[in-house]
Amino acid sequence: MIEDIANLFHGFAVVVQPFNLVLMVIGIVLGVIVGVLPGLGGANGVAILLPLTFSMSPTSAIIMLSCIYWGALFGGAITSILFNIPGEPWSVATTFDGHPMAQQGKAGEALTAAFTSSFVGALFAVIMITLVAPLVASFALRFGPAEIFAVYFLAFCSFVGLSKEPPFKTIVSMMLGFALGAVGLDQMTGQLRLTFGFTEMLNGFDFLIAVIGLFGIGEILLTMEEGLSFKGRAAHINARVVFQTWATLPKYWLLSLRSCLIGCWMGISPAGATPASFMSYGIAKRMSKNGKNFGKGEIEGVIAPETAAHAAGTSALLPMIALGVPGSPTAAVLLGGLLIWGLQPGPLLFVEQKDFVWGLIASMYMGNIVGLLIVLTCVPLFAAILRIPFSVIAPVILVLCAIGAYTVHNSSFDVIMMVVFGILGYFMKKTSYPMAPMVLAIVLGDKAEEAFRQSLLGSGGSLGIFFSNPLVSSIMVLGLVALFWGAISTGWARLRGQAATAA
Amino acid sequence: MKRFKRKTTLFATALLGASIAALTLPAQAWEPTKPIEIIVPAGTGGGADQMARAVQGIITKHNLSKQSVVVINKSGGAGGEGFLDVKNSKGDDHKLIITLSNLFTTPLATGIPFSYKDLTPIAMMALDEFVLWVNASTPYQTAKDYMDAIKKAPDGQFKMGGTGSKQEDQIITVAIEKVIGKKMTYIPYKGGGAVAVQLVGGHVDSTVNNPIEAVAQWRAGSLRPLCVFDSKKLDYHEPIANGKAWDSIPTCKSAGLDVEYLMLRGFFAPPGISKEAVDYYVDLMKKVRETPEWKKLMDDGAYNQTFMSGKEYLDWVAKAEKTHEELMKSAGFLAAKSN
Amino acid sequence: MSHSAKEAGGAGPSHRNVEIGFTLFMGFLGLLSIIGSLQVGIGWGAEGPKAGFFPFYCGLIVVLSTVVNLINAIRMQENGLFAEWPALWQVVSVVVPTTIYVLAIPYLGMYVSSAILIAAFMKYFGRYSWLFSIAIAIAVPAAIFFMFEIWFLVPLPKGPVESYLGY
Repeated sequence: MIEDIANLFHGFAVVVQPFNLVLMVIGIVLGVIVGVLPGLGGANGVAILLPLTFSMSPTSAIIMLSCIYWGALFGGAITSILFNIPGEPWSVATTFDGHPMAQQGKAGEALTAAFTSSFVGALFAVIMITLVAPLVASFALRFGPAEIFAVYFLAFCSFVGLSKEPPFKTIVSMMLGFALGAVGLDQMTGQLRLTFGFTEMLNGFDFLIAVIGLFGIGEILLTMEEGLSFKGRAAHINARVVFQTWATLPKYWLLSLRSCLIGCWMGISPAGATPASFMSYGIAKRMSKNGKNFGKGEIEGVIAPETAAHAAGTSALLPMIALGVPGSPTAAVLLGGLLIWGLQPGPLLFVEQKDFVWGLIASMYMGNIVGLLIVLTCVPLFAAILRIPFSVIAPVILVLCAIGAYTVHNSSFDVIMMVVFGILGYFMKKTSYPMAPMVLAIVLGDKAEEAFRQSLLGSGGSLGIFFSNPLVSSIMVLGLVALFWGAISTGWARLRGQAATAA
Repeated sequence: MKRFKRKTTLFATALLGASIAALTLPAQAWEPTKPIEIIVPAGTGGGADQMARAVQGIITKHNLSKQSVVVINKSGGAGGEGFLDVKNSKGDDHKLIITLSNLFTTPLATGIPFSYKDLTPIAMMALDEFVLWVNASTPYQTAKDYMDAIKKAPDGQFKMGGTGSKQEDQIITVAIEKVIGKKMTYIPYKGGGAVAVQLVGGHVDSTVNNPIEAVAQWRAGSLRPLCVFDSKKLDYHEPIANGKAWDSIPTCKSAGLDVEYLMLRGFFAPPGISKEAVDYYVDLMKKVRETPEWKKLMDDGAYNQTFMSGKEYLDWVAKAEKTHEELMKSAGFLAAKSN
Repeated sequence: MSHSAKEAGGAGPSHRNVEIGFTLFMGFLGLLSIIGSLQVGIGWGAEGPKAGFFPFYCGLIVVLSTVVNLINAIRMQENGLFAEWPALWQVVSVVVPTTIYVLAIPYLGMYVSSAILIAAFMKYFGRYSWLFSIAIAIAVPAAIFFMFEIWFLVPLPKGPVESYLGY
């Protein structure tokens, strides 16, 4: 332990070299850019720069590359809040309250809260990595298909049953989400399904295309119907907003802590940042006294998903380093880089490449601090984008959405599907079909189905596998509790709601 | 100045290719005029993706091409998306695709319409080996121990983890089942790294991971290689784990498990591109293979370093397709006609 | 929310009719899912559930829930408007050009079609001068070009203009 701390300080010494600090800033800025542009994710940024880094020392290279990763995590929140377009999958839940806040002229507050929460989440996860990395890594090994399914089940249960929309409409959009997620190649049997013979459908419907369409394009159509302006452009924005928001944040410490724990948990059990953000949002909505206001611009609805997403995104790097299994596509590309530098990720990396590992961990601390400073200074700038007239910014958003949809699979068909989803989103919103369950189902559906079927293959078709050991049983029970709690509380709320309207 | 430098590099590369001088000279006649795209018909982080990105890195670092190289993943439909894209880019001489076995398995298993005949072969870069792995805490020291255990157990008790469905890992599994006459339960996962970790965690009993996917766990002492699915032992003598090198792993055939399987890691181009362009790329790939980074990659992954191009390569691919068709037919993996 | 629309009290399609139509459409998607699943088998085979098992039941639930939603929609008492015609016209006037835009991308390339969309949108909705519209319409795709093609090496679809310029 003492030795570890000495190593960490050595790592800091490496990181604060001027050259490495410059790389860090470059990485963060690039990361924010790829995070902002929908479709261009951290994986792109890392993949493109990887070849350039072969001439650097591995430590310098990983500092720059991991800073792109941090930058992308920060950047995803910006477009979610400003335009209702999640730049990254894990910022979808941020749109639920972040965008309404921007519409009410509180874009500065929302951005500050998002960035600060991201920082808190990431920092928490880094501290955890520093202290308990080997322990956590062996814990991650206990996750077989049944455990992974249980985690998805839990994430799902904590989120469903929350919407105030009619229950049967919620069911329809959720189930359609599952069906949409199932289109394409079935991983388990290698069969094509629901493609009806169209080769364009091979890819299935990527979550990002659905999200860009439903949220981004749908929002523009709604704005058109209601008259041409982005609400909130009159917001008065100055640099003080950062400090004013900071003053309100400490009272949400419990929420932050809970979101950090959810995030770390989801990042290590290899579910990832996206389900973490949804789960954290769902639980926050239930626990908060302001739960009713969630979805209408409640700052807690920004803090919860952002904290969890970053805690998860950061702790997802741990399985990569310790086990050689990437927790995300970005991590996968980083992993490829490690191999080219002659570093073998895996259990021995901590022993054989101390400099590198502690340099990386130190860069996680520094990268997040530098990142926070950079994005916070830009808050007024980002918020000022809302002052651009709608008829200028709207076509630019349409173009960026189209590019985002195209780059997911380099397919023009996806761009067409994006418009279809946009129209669908407009009608869903107008006829009060909730979109969040559909999005969640598209994200989690195929993975959950895969884990479910893998488990059943292993157990020879017996459902008992989901209660076969203490770990999986306790996650499943937690999930069931969350599910029925949700049903009961919504039922209760509905009863009370009906009584209120009757009276 | 820059111009001068470029000329010297050109001169140097010309020297490098001197051994194949007669072929190299016309190759200089064609040069890419825009970035070269390498399509990866698989997701990020897999073996093919790693190799494509390594090639990208090597070409960039050693300035082997005037134009940059771009790697694009098109993994939809078990890679069908990537192959269809290349098939439909007739005459586009700035596009390459790196293959894995799904060049053969995807059209057979899904009925997605493409074949190696639709593409222009460039070169075989290497062949990827397959090794039978078990968890190091199990008592099986040799492939024979493990097979005996399977034979004694009821059908389906032993679980084999692998990448994808009806692809190379499952083909090998079916071949093993044929030899020992017992069924195993095959569980498909998304990526090779995840499969290895599932084996470390004890969620499956064995895997047929490529060396590069499992080497880290072997070195850490959590996995044990039993045998390699090749006709000869791996040609790598550097000790990896516990003083054992790759060449200490016996062939499966010698252990009484007569199964051989190698996976193609090679490049193809779209149909209808000029002879000059093909020569350029063959030459480019030869230069890539000369670099220390490439050698390092080969060492790390214990690849079979066979290089082929031209007719030899085409013949190999044709033969491999036949083998796959037979293997998949006997395993019942061919696409149903109703699809 | 915009109050002007309701106060003006103009004409438009009734909310009930749109609701019924959209509900039927969702049901149709559910039906598609059922048909597609039946094609690949919905049983519980040797490998656990078959490929169509999961989407089949999803589709079935969609169809059943649609029946409930349809009854609710038909029973809907209030006869409000879905939206007024002028407001809908605004929506359509974005949907149509956007659709043309995305259909044109494979032929004209991303950059040229984007430039046309931006210029047309600014001119038609923003009533900006041609000069300003065209300036923005050229500047934005140019910035995107440098960002994607040059910087991040992400190739976007290109058309005749780009190939004339040597890309």
